[in-house]
Amino acid sequence: MSVYLLRRLIQAAGVVLAMSIIVFIGVFAIGDPVEILISPDADQIERERAVAALGLDLPLWQQYLVFLGKAVQGDLGRSFVFNEPALQLILQRMPATLELALAATVGAIIIGLPLGLYAGLKPNSLGSKAIMAGSILGFSLPTFWVGLMLIMIFAVQLGWLPSTGRGETRELLGLRWSFLTADGLSHLVMPALNLALFKISLVIRLTRAGVRETMLMDYVKFARAKGLSPFRVTFVHVFKNILIPVITVTGLEFGSTIAFSVVTESIFAWPGMGKLIIDSINVLDRPVIVAYLMIIVLMFITINLVVDLMYSVLDPRVRLDSK
Amino acid sequence: MAETTTAATAAAPTLEVRNLQTHFFTRAGVVRAVDDVSFTIGRGKVLGLVGESGSGKTVTGFSIMKLVDPPGRIVGGSILFQGKDLATRSEEEMRNLRGNRIAMIFQDPMMTLNPVLRIDTQMIETVQAHEKVSEADARARARDALGMVGIPSPDERLKSYPHQFSGGMRQRVAIAIALLHRPDLIVADEPTTALDVTIQGQILAEVQKLCATTGTAMLWITHDLSVVAGLADDIAVMYAGRVVEFGDVGEVLDKPLHPYTHGLIGSVPSRNKRGEPLRQIPGMTPSLLNLPEGCSFRARCPRAAADCIVMPELHPWLPQRLARCHHPHLEEVAAA
Repeated sequence: MSVYLLRRLIQAAGVVLAMSIIVFIGVFAIGDPVEILISPDADQIERERAVAALGLDLPLWQQYLVFLGKAVQGDLGRSFVFNEPALQLILQRMPATLELALAATVGAIIIGLPLGLYAGLKPNSLGSKAIMAGSILGFSLPTFWVGLMLIMIFAVQLGWLPSTGRGETRELLGLRWSFLTADGLSHLVMPALNLALFKISLVIRLTRAGVRETMLMDYVKFARAKGLSPFRVTFVHVFKNILIPVITVTGLEFGSTIAFSVVTESIFAWPGMGKLIIDSINVLDRPVIVAYLMIIVLMFITINLVVDLMYSVLDPRVRLDSK
Repeated sequence: MAETTTAATAAAPTLEVRNLQTHFFTRAGVVRAVDDVSFTIGRGKVLGLVGESGSGKTVTGFSIMKLVDPPGRIVGGSILFQGKDLATRSEEEMRNLRGNRIAMIFQDPMMTLNPVLRIDTQMIETVQAHEKVSEADARARARDALGMVGIPSPDERLKSYPHQFSGGMRQRVAIAIALLHRPDLIVADEPTTALDVTIQGQILAEVQKLCATTGTAMLWITHDLSVVAGLADDIAVMYAGRVVEFGDVGEVLDKPLHPYTHGLIGSVPSRNKRGEPLRQIPGMTPSLLNLPEGCSFRARCPRAAADCIVMPELHPWLPQRLARCHHPHLEEVAAA
């Protein structure tokens, strides 16, 4: 187990290094921040002083080495715009995004699993057909449009839910969370639902396919031949088998949820990392963009590892021993 | 009243299947997988149900368990278990019988155990599905059952997952699960087909011993005539969804009445036929979707005549010997 973990960590370091090079070159290719950051009225001397202060006068490979040397010490550079460490800037916004993504993922499982289970057990019923048709909508409607519609209906027309911000927050474990207060919760519902819509559809389809496949297996028929109650057959024998793909996919999706919360955060003015990165791209705030992408890469690597570990708990045939 | 019921139960054979019909209503048409199956199994007896692939053996087994899934349905006949018809039982009553009074062993041991549940979970749940016993007692029962089918160090093996067992060992576990409640009837669907010959021999010997000691009746579904010869008391031969011959296993294998049984036995290689070409039955099994009119073996039968256009009934040509044929091999029985 520990050998396995060590090997995974070394692999992860390699991925991060490769990613940092790609990101650095990519951001360099987007454009020159000097044009945006320095006022057009500045003369040549002021201009050169500013460029030197930002370290932009060095050749690309030297800029990269300077960045790498600092990054190893935990310094991902200072934001050109805010003049604050980029890492700190992102970490301040991270709890908001994490909360949104977690709420969306939990919501997707709570809503998606029972619906998918029903659709798999009774594939020909009217309810199942309605669920499956709904899941196609969930897949195909664009997030930004659904978000705007939600605001139109629940915030503008009905006035039930607030449309922007996080609302009142309360501190837990040193971080501020919205879901602990009634006001914060009412702010969280709409963006979380908006972000969850795609995932609900995904979980429904995965669960339904898993149930339909598993129900045909010999071991389910054997469980019935043992005289077990339908409840036990469904919720122990079938359920435990379909959890494997559902956990894998929702786990891997968690990374994309964080990465793609950009759209939802922009629509609902949710003060998370997604909104920050969009603003930073607009002003070509290189250190923030690079730091954000590095954090997302780290997050994906961590999620993959966690999913693999959970997999080994669920499926006894997967053991992570390096025998 | 109670005494008469007990007497009737004792007198009735463990299982009596009469004119069973199970059809599958598919888009392509009605598949008559089981179209007229009748046989009897007495207490402690083993009946070998023999036939080619697709002759309806497995569907017969599932019909007895009432585990035929849609689009399949039992459409006719009766299944008398200890004198009472299973066709009229509710699903809840059937659930109480399954695994308890009637157990089933499946064909492929690699597929019958749930891969994500430990052996002890899968055995204890079977005990507790039918009896209110503590988990410790259920575990003890499971351990004893594993010991009975010859699994070494059952206490440790209980904590294993199915993938840690070989095919033969898994089939032993499946048999142990079937034996947990000392059932009156075991439906065994080709349980040794997927196993090595040596393991097959061991399991057959165990099963035979168990039937003799516990009085359990067994329906042994197989396509292997040599297994039936060594294990069964009676034999029922199926062809295209119907039983075509039924009788004592020794007599049927020695002097078959039905031309199909005759052909089947003739096509088995044996030592005293060395060097001769193997005889085969000409033609192919008919499709169950559109069976020919009359006797379904007619087109392949060397003894077919004009009257075979009418479906023959399962007729007792000899005492305790039934055959579904207008022209059975009676002269060979007489000659001997």
